[in-house]
Amino acid sequence: MVGSITVEGVRKTFTTADGDTVHALNGVDLQINAGEFVTLIGPSGCGKSTLLRLIAGLDFPDSGTLALDGKKITGPDCERGFMFQNHTLFPWLNIYDNVAFSLRARGIYKEKKDDVAEYIRLVGLEGFEKSFPHQLSGGMCQRASLARALVGHPKVLLLDEPLGALDAFTRMNIQDEILRIHREHGMTMIMVTHDVDEAVYLADRVVIMSARPAKIEKIVPIELGHPRARSSQDFLAYRAEILRRLHFGGKVPDVEYYL
Amino acid sequence: MRKLWYTMKYKQLKKIIPVFSILLALALQIFIPNSPLHPQSKPYFTYVLIGFLTVYLILYLISFVRTSIDKMLVYRGAFIGGVVLFFNILNLLTAKAALLPVLYFPSLDRVFGVIAEQTDVLAKCVLYSARLLFFGIVFGALAGFTTGICLGFSKTVSYWLSPVIRIIGPIPSTAWIPLVLIAFPTAVSASAFLVGVAVWFPTTIMTSSGISNVQNAYFEVSRTLGASHRYQIFRVGIPAAMPHMFLGLFNGICSSFITLVTAEMIGAKYGIGWYINWQKEMLSYANVYAGLIIIAVLFSVLITLLFRFRDKILVWQKGVIKW
Ligand SMILES: Nc1ncnc2c1ncn2[C@@H]1O[C@H](COP(=O)(O)OP(=O)(O)OP(=O)(O)O)[C@@H](O)[C@H]1O
Ligand SMILES: [Mg+2]
Repeated sequence: MVGSITVEGVRKTFTTADGDTVHALNGVDLQINAGEFVTLIGPSGCGKSTLLRLIAGLDFPDSGTLALDGKKITGPDCERGFMFQNHTLFPWLNIYDNVAFSLRARGIYKEKKDDVAEYIRLVGLEGFEKSFPHQLSGGMCQRASLARALVGHPKVLLLDEPLGALDAFTRMNIQDEILRIHREHGMTMIMVTHDVDEAVYLADRVVIMSARPAKIEKIVPIELGHPRARSSQDFLAYRAEILRRLHFGGKVPDVEYYL
Repeated sequence: MRKLWYTMKYKQLKKIIPVFSILLALALQIFIPNSPLHPQSKPYFTYVLIGFLTVYLILYLISFVRTSIDKMLVYRGAFIGGVVLFFNILNLLTAKAALLPVLYFPSLDRVFGVIAEQTDVLAKCVLYSARLLFFGIVFGALAGFTTGICLGFSKTVSYWLSPVIRIIGPIPSTAWIPLVLIAFPTAVSASAFLVGVAVWFPTTIMTSSGISNVQNAYFEVSRTLGASHRYQIFRVGIPAAMPHMFLGLFNGICSSFITLVTAEMIGAKYGIGWYINWQKEMLSYANVYAGLIIIAVLFSVLITLLFRFRDKILVWQKGVIKW
């Protein structure tokens, strides 16, 4: 198995337009095993996207190291796929060409041609190959960008609130698809989310981050098998615990309250 | 049902407006005598109106079987009618009533007469100008795209070239003439250079601004998909900037036509710009207007072609970008 991520003592500060220093990450240590599904959750502005971008290699830490399978991360690479909150499909390419982008960019399109159709089918978009992104709904665009990120077989898939802008039903649908892909392909997945339900539903471990100072507050392993029932007692217990850790649990001190 | 019938009637009305406008113009042209102040001329305006009426009626008939023509006539009907009305009024003010200075505002009969009687010279002029425009636009646009792309992608190029471009760009083409005459072996290449510079500037500016306005997310996502720097330039930056590049080309073609008259001041043997200059000096304003009409027609043909081309290439930007 490949795709383990090591984050050690990572600090990252930004300078705002007014010249203030923002500590986006203040000493983060995290070990993610190959094939694991980890969700990151925490208050807005606590540095979740920053951490994900560092793992992707789109930004660099001020200090500390990030590594994939023991190899230091020095920049973006197709072994670490990234999916943004808004779909970022290339508007000038149709769905097929968007999905094929990675293969063409790496010059392996000829050999791997069939993968394009396979992943389009996998996310349920067959028949829309010739459509342009603006002709599809938000959910379909997110599916397409999932296919685009997956087609190059990354070892790690980084997802920054990919389903945040979707309605609840589409979101639950795509969650199941992501889980299925995770199970079938065994890649490591790290997803940022605002949705506690989503975090518990998908993750092997939920990483809770705190705002100030921005660091990892607690890691909650979710010891439930799949498929998970969103209304089961155990599920709700995890949900309540995470909410409590995020300081939103005050009004529901007791899990039994739900039952 | 009633409502449908009303909209249909309204549609037919819109399509028929130009016919009435042309008939009105024809009637006034034929039944009101020309002012004696205007030099005699064959009634070319009448011929033009009759020709136009014929063309329009043919289109009108086709519109019952071809919906695309039908849509166009419904949409353009009022405008075409308005244009004909404008010429009608102009005809009344000049040929019929001589209310405008006769020297500067020749009758439409004479303006169209120039086109009809000097076809040989004018056709030659069109060919010469077309050659000049072709070389000027092709090389100017290529140079503009290249400079714009380099400016957009390279900080070094931008550092050194941006200020230079800001100085060179706004120099009027007349000011180039002495320099160009020394630098270029032939008058044609010198003129083509002037046209080229006029195209180059807006193309450069729009291309580089188009590239700097590309959302960074597109570059970031392409990097996570394994795109090399080169691949990003050609497969992300340029396609994303394409709408701006077209806008730059459009502006460039506009300024190439504006420059044409200046460019053909230097040693041209023929050319629409040259013709206009020459006739203006002879105070033959009928010929000047004829030249202007030809330039306008050339220009709109070229622009229509450009837009057709854009619609083909940039299907994706429908509903994404508007300009
Ligand atoms: N490029 C940047 N320049 C300046 N400050 C930045 C930059 N990127 C992030 N920050 C700051 O770093 C902090 C963490 O940002 P980040 O985007 O990682 O938060 P987040 O946890 O993803 O928030 P959200 O849940 O709202 O997306 C914020 O305070 C933000 O203002
Ligand atoms: Mg974020």
